[in-house]
Amino acid sequence: MIFKHIDEVGYTPDIDCYLRHGGYEVLRNAVTRKPEELIDQVKKSGLRGRGGAGFPCGVKWGLVDRKSGKPIYLIVNADESEPGTFKDRYIIHQDPHQLIEGTMISCFANNVKQAYIYIRGEFPIGARILEQAIAEARRHNFVGPNILGTGYGCEIYVHRGAGAYICGEETGLIESLEGKRAYPRIKPPYFPAVLGLYQCPTIVNNVETLCHVKHIVEMGGEAYSKIGTPNNTGTRILCVSGHVRKPGYYEFEVGKITLGQLLYDVCGGPLPGRTFKAIIPGGSSAKVLKVGERYKGKRKVGAEMVDYDWGIEDVPMDFDCLAMIGSMGGSGGVIVMDDSVNMVEALANINAFYSHESCGQCTPCREGSLWMKKITSRMVHEEARTEDGALLKSVADQIAGRTICAFGEACSWPTQSFVAKFGDEFKGYSENKKQPKVSGSLELI
Amino acid sequence: MIQPAKPDLVTVNIDGKEIAVPKGTNVIEAARQVGVDVPHYCYHPKLSVVGNCRMCLVEMGMPAVDPVSKAPIMDPVTGKQKINWIPRPQIGCATYASQGLHIRTQTPQIKDCREGVTEFLLINHPLDCPICDKAGECMLQEQSTGYGRGYSRFIENKNVKPKRTLLGPRVVLDDERCILCSRCIRFCKEVAKDDVLGFIDRGSYSTLTCYPGKALENNYSLNTVDICPVGALTSTDFRFKMRVWFLKQTNSIDTESSVGANTVVWSREGVIHRITPRRNDEVNDTWMADSGRLLYKAVAAENRLASKETLDALIASAADLLSDAEGAIAVVGSGRSSVEEQFLTRKLADAVKARVFLVARSGAGDGILISSDRNPNVRGALITGLIDKLPSERLDTLAGGIDSGEIKAVISVGEDLVAAGITPEQLGKISIVHLGTHASSTSDAAKVVVPTLTVFEKSGTFINQQFRLQKFAKAVPGKPGMHDDLDALSRLIAALGGASLPSDLHELWDVLTKELPALATTTYRTLPETGLLLDATPWSGLRFPEGETLHFKPTASGEGVKA
Repeated sequence: MIFKHIDEVGYTPDIDCYLRHGGYEVLRNAVTRKPEELIDQVKKSGLRGRGGAGFPCGVKWGLVDRKSGKPIYLIVNADESEPGTFKDRYIIHQDPHQLIEGTMISCFANNVKQAYIYIRGEFPIGARILEQAIAEARRHNFVGPNILGTGYGCEIYVHRGAGAYICGEETGLIESLEGKRAYPRIKPPYFPAVLGLYQCPTIVNNVETLCHVKHIVEMGGEAYSKIGTPNNTGTRILCVSGHVRKPGYYEFEVGKITLGQLLYDVCGGPLPGRTFKAIIPGGSSAKVLKVGERYKGKRKVGAEMVDYDWGIEDVPMDFDCLAMIGSMGGSGGVIVMDDSVNMVEALANINAFYSHESCGQCTPCREGSLWMKKITSRMVHEEARTEDGALLKSVADQIAGRTICAFGEACSWPTQSFVAKFGDEFKGYSENKKQPKVSGSLELI
Repeated sequence: MIQPAKPDLVTVNIDGKEIAVPKGTNVIEAARQVGVDVPHYCYHPKLSVVGNCRMCLVEMGMPAVDPVSKAPIMDPVTGKQKINWIPRPQIGCATYASQGLHIRTQTPQIKDCREGVTEFLLINHPLDCPICDKAGECMLQEQSTGYGRGYSRFIENKNVKPKRTLLGPRVVLDDERCILCSRCIRFCKEVAKDDVLGFIDRGSYSTLTCYPGKALENNYSLNTVDICPVGALTSTDFRFKMRVWFLKQTNSIDTESSVGANTVVWSREGVIHRITPRRNDEVNDTWMADSGRLLYKAVAAENRLASKETLDALIASAADLLSDAEGAIAVVGSGRSSVEEQFLTRKLADAVKARVFLVARSGAGDGILISSDRNPNVRGALITGLIDKLPSERLDTLAGGIDSGEIKAVISVGEDLVAAGITPEQLGKISIVHLGTHASSTSDAAKVVVPTLTVFEKSGTFINQQFRLQKFAKAVPGKPGMHDDLDALSRLIAALGGASLPSDLHELWDVLTKELPALATTTYRTLPETGLLLDATPWSGLRFPEGETLHFKPTASGEGVKA
């Protein structure tokens, strides 16, 4: 749906191409309808946020304080920084007008007069493409003071980040947009829907989420909700990276494909002579899954409770099923590791990233993330002790659930799950480590 | 004084103890009221809440109600309403009291949270308490003892950060000790209105620093040292001078201006080592100006006056001198004298039928804790009847009187006449009796000099710009050859044929309470440490010079009421 035209030969990111493919027709139609009706369609669609948390978009819009008399802002979160995730960049590069159309429809539905696209600092080309696309859209009156002659006006500004993962956290993003350090805010009281940008009600949505809004308004919420599986509606883009034959972006109906189908059928299976060892299904902060593990339990299908007994290749790729087996759908970044990977070294890499990106505002994450990094780095480069695995888990346990923002979980879940599932590898690392293997990526540590 | 509307009270339950607190009180403050300590670092009652230290995590619950009928759900075991506990711990500083709020601070989960945060704060902390000035009054030290595990699991290298950075002329920063609570940053931004501090870098390498090209040099910079929960910020004046546990604390009042900030004087064996602010939510919150912290240096100044003669001999020569000028005596009183001294000065002037002058002293107010009236006790001069109008009689009248020969003698109570505008030539024409602490042109010219005590060496009261009567106490004894002001004044009055008045502070207060209706309801002993607001209406017609400061807003007529 999102990628409908993207891979077509000759499809270019300019507005003429987009218009040739029926672009902005949905916006044209939307501005003739009642905003409440549009919000209602999004609620009916069951669309869940594609940024990571999977929070229902319609509910998010419903929380916005519309009685305060303050302006409502909409922010497009294009600070795609989760390792393993690269879908938003592709949308921006290939089809920026789809994002702008979705954004303008969302703005109209929520009576937003000013929208910001907060784009990651490392995406300079994306920012340039967006700037150009907005200028084109303004020329065609899709953006500006009087959109399509309706009297409704809305501006979009592109704001580039300066290179920090935490700017993807919505309140950190808001602080950064206000010109401050991207320190996430405490919630309560600073829920963006009430006290967001400049202390005004604010909606922060992911790029892919807003693109879906366009399609929801086009086909109707009811019809959209039939795509995918109940409570996990629509399509989503999965970004597969790592040790598979065909890594890349794949758009599927949510929950209609299992992890096994994705890896073996779509991505071509493991590299020659290798076998899969571990999968991180939703960006590097999601808990790792161990190939060969089985998950049993009961789940709700329709109105009934059904037993399930899955190997990881049987798990449907949707928010609820991945949460059920103790991980998450997250941002859709599927990271595949095969038997060539040493899990201690892989965790050392992840810990290096999170300790570098901790904003440093609150104690557990600030100190804990660096401590975990120092432990894994020492294990790899110097001496590894048998008790290090237990210590790592204990440190991670002291972070998760005790921080201002979800970064606390993001940095502790990998450690918790790596140690829990590959504990033997951590225990025996000192014996197995005959000579330090320093591959290219490990030089970062 | 405008009474605040009675706040809505709500009942909260903290560790099983119920208490009614105003709605919106945070859990740390509410717990304090029931005697439950919620440890914290970044939270400060007078600064905004950021919730970054995570030390004050508590378990929070609300009474369970049926989602549809809103009827309470009862617990069959206890027979009480069931409590829905939130599984995630919440920060006490940003959890506010609402009806029925339940808090638990003593559960295994909270114990673990506190141990975790303490461990995290200590892994990169240098643990150099033996050479740290904060030791003994360090929140990290105390709370690590109270809530930490007592051993370390950290075997990695600690982070290296800048040491001994001079942030400004009075504040030194040790970044390795810093726990990044951001109290100092918030103080500069919110209270001192001088946004100069910030963090650079990120994560555990975050470093406190001044913005490029700026320095922490505002007149409130030392408050950051007071509120620093660790030894990261230290005062250049106090650094390495004395261990805090050796120091005696004495409550005092800042004499810089009519704000009357409440202070604590820290001394040992008769020597003062520092002055810090004392919390008074109606006057100075928990702050004071840097300039007021250095006033103790006057105690041991080289130009302190001291006499070899006894007080009796000095009083006798003064009486002798003044008897020659009967009917031509003027008294110069001071807005720096205490209420008690001003009362006696009035009696002294009455005894010799002298005209009274009060030296005005003004400067620019800073809108925070220094007002434009640089006398701490002009209101006292009004209440004691030393003067009856404002501005008081001008000193150029005195100069005219000297020139015309109308005035032949002046009793100067703690004021330097030259600094107040009388020329040295004019001083030469008259006989001067001077009561004072430091050498000046007046003490040089005076025929009789009675060395007296500074505010740190005596007890008394001041009345600040809000008409708040506040007391200060003797921190250190006066040196030999210096005489108590009250003693000197009462003896002088007696020697000049005036009434016999007590020189003991408490006995004198018995007289004050009887004679001055404004002070009828209190005595020095019963006066609360936070002061007593007096009725200002008799003075509502006067024009006071002060502009707005922290808890003071002048009214149109010039009379001040509490903000």
